[in-house]
Amino acid sequence: MRIRIKNARVLDPGNIDDKQDIIINDHLIEAIVDPKSNEYGTDIDLIDAGGMIVVPGLIDIHVHLREPGHEYKETIETGLTAAAKGGFTAVCSMPNTNPVNDNAQVTKFIINRANELGLSKVFPAGAITQGLSGNTLAEIYDMKQAGIIAVTDDGKPVENSNLMRRALEYCRGLDLPVFVHAEELSLVDGGSMNEGPSATFWGIKGIPNAAESVMVVRDIALSELTGARLHFCHISTGESVEAIRQAKKRGVNVTCETAPHYFTLIDENVKDYDTNFKMNPPLRSKEDRQAVIRGLSDGTIDLIASDHAPHSIIEKDVEFENAAFGIVGLETSLSLSLKLVQDGFLTLEDLVNKMSKYPAKLIGINNDIKPGNIADLTIIDLEHTHEIDPETFESKSRNTPFAGFKVKGSTFLTMVNGKIVYQRN
Amino acid sequence: MRFEKKDILDIQSLEPGEISMILDTARGMKEISERPVKKVPTLRGKTIVLFFQEPSTRTKLSFDTAAKRLSADSISISKSSSSIVKGETLIDTAKNLEAMKPDVIVLRHSSSGAPHLIAKRVKSSVINAGDGIHAHPSQALLDMMSVREKKGKIQGLKISIIGDIAHSRVARSDITGFSKMGATVSICAPRTMIPMGIENMGCTVSPDIETCIEGADVVMMLRIQKERQGNILFPTEREYATLFGLNKTRLKLAKKDVLVMHPGPMNRGVEISSDVADSDCSMILEQVTNGVALRMALFYLVAGGSRHADSD
Repeated sequence: MRIRIKNARVLDPGNIDDKQDIIINDHLIEAIVDPKSNEYGTDIDLIDAGGMIVVPGLIDIHVHLREPGHEYKETIETGLTAAAKGGFTAVCSMPNTNPVNDNAQVTKFIINRANELGLSKVFPAGAITQGLSGNTLAEIYDMKQAGIIAVTDDGKPVENSNLMRRALEYCRGLDLPVFVHAEELSLVDGGSMNEGPSATFWGIKGIPNAAESVMVVRDIALSELTGARLHFCHISTGESVEAIRQAKKRGVNVTCETAPHYFTLIDENVKDYDTNFKMNPPLRSKEDRQAVIRGLSDGTIDLIASDHAPHSIIEKDVEFENAAFGIVGLETSLSLSLKLVQDGFLTLEDLVNKMSKYPAKLIGINNDIKPGNIADLTIIDLEHTHEIDPETFESKSRNTPFAGFKVKGSTFLTMVNGKIVYQRN
Repeated sequence: MRFEKKDILDIQSLEPGEISMILDTARGMKEISERPVKKVPTLRGKTIVLFFQEPSTRTKLSFDTAAKRLSADSISISKSSSSIVKGETLIDTAKNLEAMKPDVIVLRHSSSGAPHLIAKRVKSSVINAGDGIHAHPSQALLDMMSVREKKGKIQGLKISIIGDIAHSRVARSDITGFSKMGATVSICAPRTMIPMGIENMGCTVSPDIETCIEGADVVMMLRIQKERQGNILFPTEREYATLFGLNKTRLKLAKKDVLVMHPGPMNRGVEISSDVADSDCSMILEQVTNGVALRMALFYLVAGGSRHADSD
C-alpha cells in the first residue's frame, strides 16, 4: 500500500521548500502533490507530519559500528537502530573493527548484515592500509567492488607522508575520497585532553592544537600534489579551520566535517575526571569552539558527522588517562546541531545540507526528494523539547557527555527504502 | 569547628579554614614524635591501607610511621603484590579493599585523578599520596606547616618554586596551597617545563631564576627527573644547573632569613648545590620530620577526629 506524508513542509535545499504531500510507493518516492489534491485516493497509509519538516534522509558519515569484533560495545543492529532513532537513513562505518575492514570479505559482511536487518543503510569506509598498520596499502579496488565509498585509517593517522601521497594518488585513480584522521602522534605524546589551563589544573597531559593542524596542513599539500579528493574528519581547532578555508580559496579539492561536541562543549567542561568528556581530538578551547562555529557558518566546514564511538564501562570506568577516547553521538547529533539553527549560526537549509545533502554528495548518492528516487526520508519535529537521557538510547553504549542536556528538536520519523524504521511514540 | 571532609584528594578542594585546621592539628601531633614512647592510642582499632601503585620510599614510610604512632593498624600493598598485575581494574581493587572494612585508604597512583575515581566508590576515607602529575596534598600541607612553623605565617610571604613544574604534582599542590593561604608564588623553569595556563592556579612565571629568587622568603627546588623524556626537555644536567640550579651566589638574592626546601629526593649538583642543601637555611630534613606529624593529623581528622561523633 502507498504511504502519504501529509501536512509537512518539504525541505530539500536547491530543489524544494514547500508545503507538499509526498506519496511513497514501495521503496520509491512516487509523487509530490498539492496537499489539497485528491489524487491517490483514501486507500493509503497516512503519516500526519503537521508542523514538521520532511528532509532528504540524514547521513552520518562518521560512525563506529564496532561489529565485527567489539560486539559488546555495539553491533550493526544496535548501531543502526540508534541511527534510525537519530534520524539517519544511512551511516558510513569506520574500518577499525576486528578484523579490520581492509578486505572485501569484511566489507561484504557489513553490507550483508545491514541488508538483512532492513534498518538504516550502511556505506562502509575501508582501510587505507592493511590492518591500519600504516605500512602497506589495502586492496582498495577489491573493497570498492564490494561496496566501500571511501577509505580511511580513522582512529590513526597515516604517519608516513610518502605512503599517504601514494594512497591519495591510488584513490584518485579509483575516484574514491580519502577520509583523513589528522593527528601528529609525536605531538600528542600520550596526552588525553586539550593542552591548556584546564589540563594543567587537572594534571592531565595535554594535546596541543598543532597535533591536528600540522597534519591538516601536510595533507592539504599532498592533496595539491596529487589532486585527490580529501575529506578531513572531526575538525576541532581554529588553526585547522583556517588552513582549510585558505586551501578552498586556492581551489584545493578538500572538504571537512566537525562533530556536535566540538561546537557544543569546550575543555573547561571536562570536570572531575569524567571520562565521558574524553574523545580524540579532545574538546578544545572557547576560541576553537567559536572558530568551528564560524567555519560552519561560512561553509568552510562542509558537514556535521557524529564520530559515534561507543565504548562500554570497561573502557570508560577507569583512570582518565587509561580511558578509551570517544563518545556516542547518533542519538544526540541532530538535536545538538539544531541548536546552531536556533542560535542563528545556520539556516535550516544549511543544516539540511550539512547533515544530508553534502554527505550524500561526498559518498556519491543522490537523495533529492523527487519522484523516482528512493524513499529515504527524515521527518523532524523542530518544536519537540526533551532532556537527553542515556538510559533511553538504542545504542549499546552510554558514553555521552550530554546526559541531562535540554534540547529542542528531534526525529519524528525515519524512513528507509519506503519503510518506517523509526517513529516517535 | 569540625572537619567535614571524607577524603583528602587535592588542595583545590580544601578551604583555607580547613588547611589551617590541618596545620594546627599537625602542630599538636609533632610533639608525640619527640616522646620516648612515640605512640598514642588515638586510632587504636582503626585500619589504614597504604595502597602504593607507584614506587615510593619516603612518602610511604611517612604515612606508615604516622599510622603506627596513632596505634592504627597499617597494611601495605604495592603494585607487584596486588591484583593489578593480574589485570584487575582500579575500581575493583578498591572495592575489594573496601570489603575488608578499612577506615582509610592512602593511594599513590601514576594516573591523575585515580584517588578521585575510587573516593566516589568507597565509604572509606581516601587520602591522595600523589596522583600522576596532578596533586600531592600531604606534601604541600607539610611544606606549609614547615614554613608557618619558621615564619609564624604564610600570608604575605614570597615563595619561589623552581624546577619541572609541568610534571610535578608537588608544584601544583604547593602553588595552589600557598596562594590560597595568601602568599605570593613565583615559579621558574625552562619553558619546556612550564605548563600552559599555570598562572591561573595562582602564580607568576619569572623569566629567569634570579628574578624568581629575588626577595624570596622561601625557595623551593624541585627534583629534575633525569630519566624523563630522553633529554627532550633540556639538553644536559650541566646546562640545567647553569641556568636553573640553586647555589650560594643565587641564594644571596633572596631574603637573609630565606628557607630552602626540597620535596626530595635531591640531585645534588643539579638543581641544588651541596653547600646550599646542607646549609642552615635548609629545611629539607625538617620537612621529613613534619611530614609524619602532618600525616598523623590527616589520619586523625578523617578517621578519628571530629568527623565521627562516636569518637568524641
